[in-house]
Amino acid sequence: MKLIYEKSQAGRRASALPRYENLPAAPELPEELRRAKPARLPEVPEFELVRHFTELSTRNFGVDTGFYPLGSCTMKYNPRINERLAALPGFARLHPLQDEEGAQGALELMWRLQEILAEVTGLDAVSLQPAAGSQGELTGLLLVRAYFAARGERKERRKVVIPDTAHGTNPASVTMAGYEVTPVRTDARGNIDVDDLRGKVDEHTAALMLTNPSTLGLFDENIEEITRIFHGVGALMYYDGANLNAVCGISRPGDMGFDIVHINLHKTFSQPHGGGGPGGGPIAVRDTLEPFLPVPAVVRRDDGGFGLDYDRPQTIGKVRGFTGPFGVFVRSYAFLRMWGPRLREMSEVAVLNANYVLARLKDAYDLPFDRLCMHEFVVSARSLKKQHGCTALDVAKRLMDYGFHPPTIYFPLIVPEALMVEPTETETKETLDAFCDALLAIAREAGEEPELLKEAPHRQPVKRLDEVRAAKQPVVKYGFGEHPQPDSEPAQAATKAPSGV
Amino acid sequence: MTQHPFLALTDSDRDEMLSTIGIGSVEELFRDLPAAVRFGRELDLEPALSEQEVFAHVAALAERNADASRELSFLGAGMYDHYVPAVVDAILQRGELLTAYTPYQPEMSQGVLQAIFEYQTAVCELTGMDVSNASGYDGTSVAADACYVAKHATGRDKVVVTEATNPQVRQVVKTFAVGFGLEVVEVPHRGGTTDPNELERAASDAAAVIFQQPNFFGCLEPAPDLVAVATDAGALPVAHVDLLSLGVLEAPGRYGAALAIGEGQAAGNFPSFGGPNYGFLAARQEFIRRMPGRIVGETVDTAGERGYVLTLQTREQHIRREKATSNITTNQTLLALGGVIYLTWLGPQGLRELGETCLSLAAHAKQRLEERAGLEQVFASQTTFKEFAVRVGRNAREVVAAARERGVHPGYALGRDYEGMDDVLLVAVTERRTPEEIDRLADVLAEVSG
Repeated sequence: MKLIYEKSQAGRRASALPRYENLPAAPELPEELRRAKPARLPEVPEFELVRHFTELSTRNFGVDTGFYPLGSCTMKYNPRINERLAALPGFARLHPLQDEEGAQGALELMWRLQEILAEVTGLDAVSLQPAAGSQGELTGLLLVRAYFAARGERKERRKVVIPDTAHGTNPASVTMAGYEVTPVRTDARGNIDVDDLRGKVDEHTAALMLTNPSTLGLFDENIEEITRIFHGVGALMYYDGANLNAVCGISRPGDMGFDIVHINLHKTFSQPHGGGGPGGGPIAVRDTLEPFLPVPAVVRRDDGGFGLDYDRPQTIGKVRGFTGPFGVFVRSYAFLRMWGPRLREMSEVAVLNANYVLARLKDAYDLPFDRLCMHEFVVSARSLKKQHGCTALDVAKRLMDYGFHPPTIYFPLIVPEALMVEPTETETKETLDAFCDALLAIAREAGEEPELLKEAPHRQPVKRLDEVRAAKQPVVKYGFGEHPQPDSEPAQAATKAPSGV
Repeated sequence: MTQHPFLALTDSDRDEMLSTIGIGSVEELFRDLPAAVRFGRELDLEPALSEQEVFAHVAALAERNADASRELSFLGAGMYDHYVPAVVDAILQRGELLTAYTPYQPEMSQGVLQAIFEYQTAVCELTGMDVSNASGYDGTSVAADACYVAKHATGRDKVVVTEATNPQVRQVVKTFAVGFGLEVVEVPHRGGTTDPNELERAASDAAAVIFQQPNFFGCLEPAPDLVAVATDAGALPVAHVDLLSLGVLEAPGRYGAALAIGEGQAAGNFPSFGGPNYGFLAARQEFIRRMPGRIVGETVDTAGERGYVLTLQTREQHIRREKATSNITTNQTLLALGGVIYLTWLGPQGLRELGETCLSLAAHAKQRLEERAGLEQVFASQTTFKEFAVRVGRNAREVVAAARERGVHPGYALGRDYEGMDDVLLVAVTERRTPEEIDRLADVLAEVSG
């Protein structure tokens, strides 16, 4: 399909702008600041614009299209009412610097959302400001820094413990917060190896970052002991909320002993993922950490109204503009109000669905940890690879032929040929069965007709793409007259990097 | 209890599924959870609402906000009330785009991948840069990202930010600089813009020099001079720019900036009380492997057909982990998509006309505020774009309150961020403000100014 720039013809346009009469001429701009050469933006009429992006949408797959069991990403249904609400002019056209009195409805919505998130996480105070989970992580780690700085322990506390199953964002955030990573192993049951942990936690430890349930989809059975170890040396516990969909109303991070939690509003609370964003990464903390939260805080005033409080002398500062991605809050708030205390059912069904799919698949794929899972599980295509030369990547691509989005693959890193499946609470049993039937069929095909897997996908707009070439000779924008023409060199095999987290 | 509309399992489904799993109850699914961490009660939340009820409740909250459809607003200061055409909403509401995630599986995600590639092209064209990422969180976080790039590119541990840069950008840079191990130095403005000589003194040993063009006061900085000073000092010049100014203002790449960053909201997003919106970050070719965030690249498939993939992923957290160029995963793709749709809608002529209209309307506004309300510009000798500062003769926050009682939000009280500017109002004029509305602003300010 052509790029929009390749459809462009000089002189065409989609916009007509208002022309105001009798205005003074635009002031002359200093020559060195004046645009010399116009940007080559596309020149197309409005209907061509609509057709172009509509065609692009038909070359894409979302939750609205079908089953999307991308592990650790919680691809659940995104209710349409949320879109209608976020688009109301009272929200969409509200300026973030509007006076408090002119934004009472927005502030109340944020305050109410904070209250709900505090209850769901079992913690005391919430800041909605971080823009996404990984920004929530970095914010949380800066809170850890501020906490120890206030206690005069900033220099001593320099290590953050991270299990080997962690999302890559965890270690990346640790470095960006100025800490050192201390990795800890996973034991034979898929829990943190507590013996390994004991030897690594001391007075230099600032915090643990843990996803619980982990990226293996397993709830850490030793969580109480882990909390004792960290709190015993005065260190803090950070909960990566990527997998919160497993435990709403069932177990709360605060009750597990965590001091800081980030919540992915785009995962658990249904902000649409938007092809890669926006997200929302609020953080909830224990009261001892509240003084350090970003400013402004959204507070309920003594007069019953709502306000923004900048008077927080110990704050870490601001992590994002204004008070965060408000439109995301509208959607998640609406979603949470449609569940209320029934959130527990939501998580129960998410866990039931995952266990059902696991039970149906575990004889056909390798199971690294034979336990009941939580909201997601990890199986491996190791045997398929060994016996038939078919990899997790091949299985993933073949799933597309059956009309499903593949699960996360090659993650977590400790499981070879990993397939990480998260069905969420969305989905009928019929869909789950069709997905299981497809994966079982694919396992059979690997033995009978492995080319079906290796050459998949067969019915997508493109076949497998040469990622090596893309990285070695990067073409990251349209080159107009000098744009390289695709040649017919066969693509290399796709790389086996973690895909999906 | 009735079936929840976002669930599907019937009682018999559940029974069959539990039996396949080999357990007797849903409760048993949670047997690995130690008793002490099981939540022993119901969540203390208000009962679940139906769609109709949640609409009524949330719409009532929306009604209590004075948005730009209810109040004539001249607020800007980083977020702007530009017109968002209907095509943006229509495309962004396509479920295939709205409800997809990061295009990890490119064969199923060519739509989003190609759209991001087109977005990257638009950002590079506008800024004069070689490479753009797929978006950052907003105009503040991309400044922090730029600092992280500069720290590693130069090995230096100080960044310079001009005081005339958006205060929120400076605050966010300072927050993250603590973690990055960077010192942040601010260079004051002189009469509304930055003095290159003063910048020169601060820029020695700096990893980056960040300035905004047009700056927070709407004034045009001597950008080529600032860039030259930074470059001479061995610092990366980082231009924080408004995409919509780039139909009339020079591309930062043309005057030598190393990185061009900024807030994308004005181009295709609603203000939405602060977001979601997108930040953009573009750079010269030499920084391509230090870029934070997702980048889409063009390649071919096994049949030799053109296609798009996420590329240069060895920079990223899921591979490089603690050595990654950034921790970003989820970005602002949908909002950046709104950006490329909007910029396509405008086209090059529309972009230039928009810039010229903003300039003319602001000139009209300056004239009217002087004629009708006797208000003087604070930086009268400076050229401005879209926004300008006026003295209102009394505390500007009081002026805002008094004007709002008359249905007009006259702008941002600069005393909130700058000392000695308590009587200064920052007035933003986009193409959405008609000359008649500007006249009304002048009349109201004539009434309420000191």
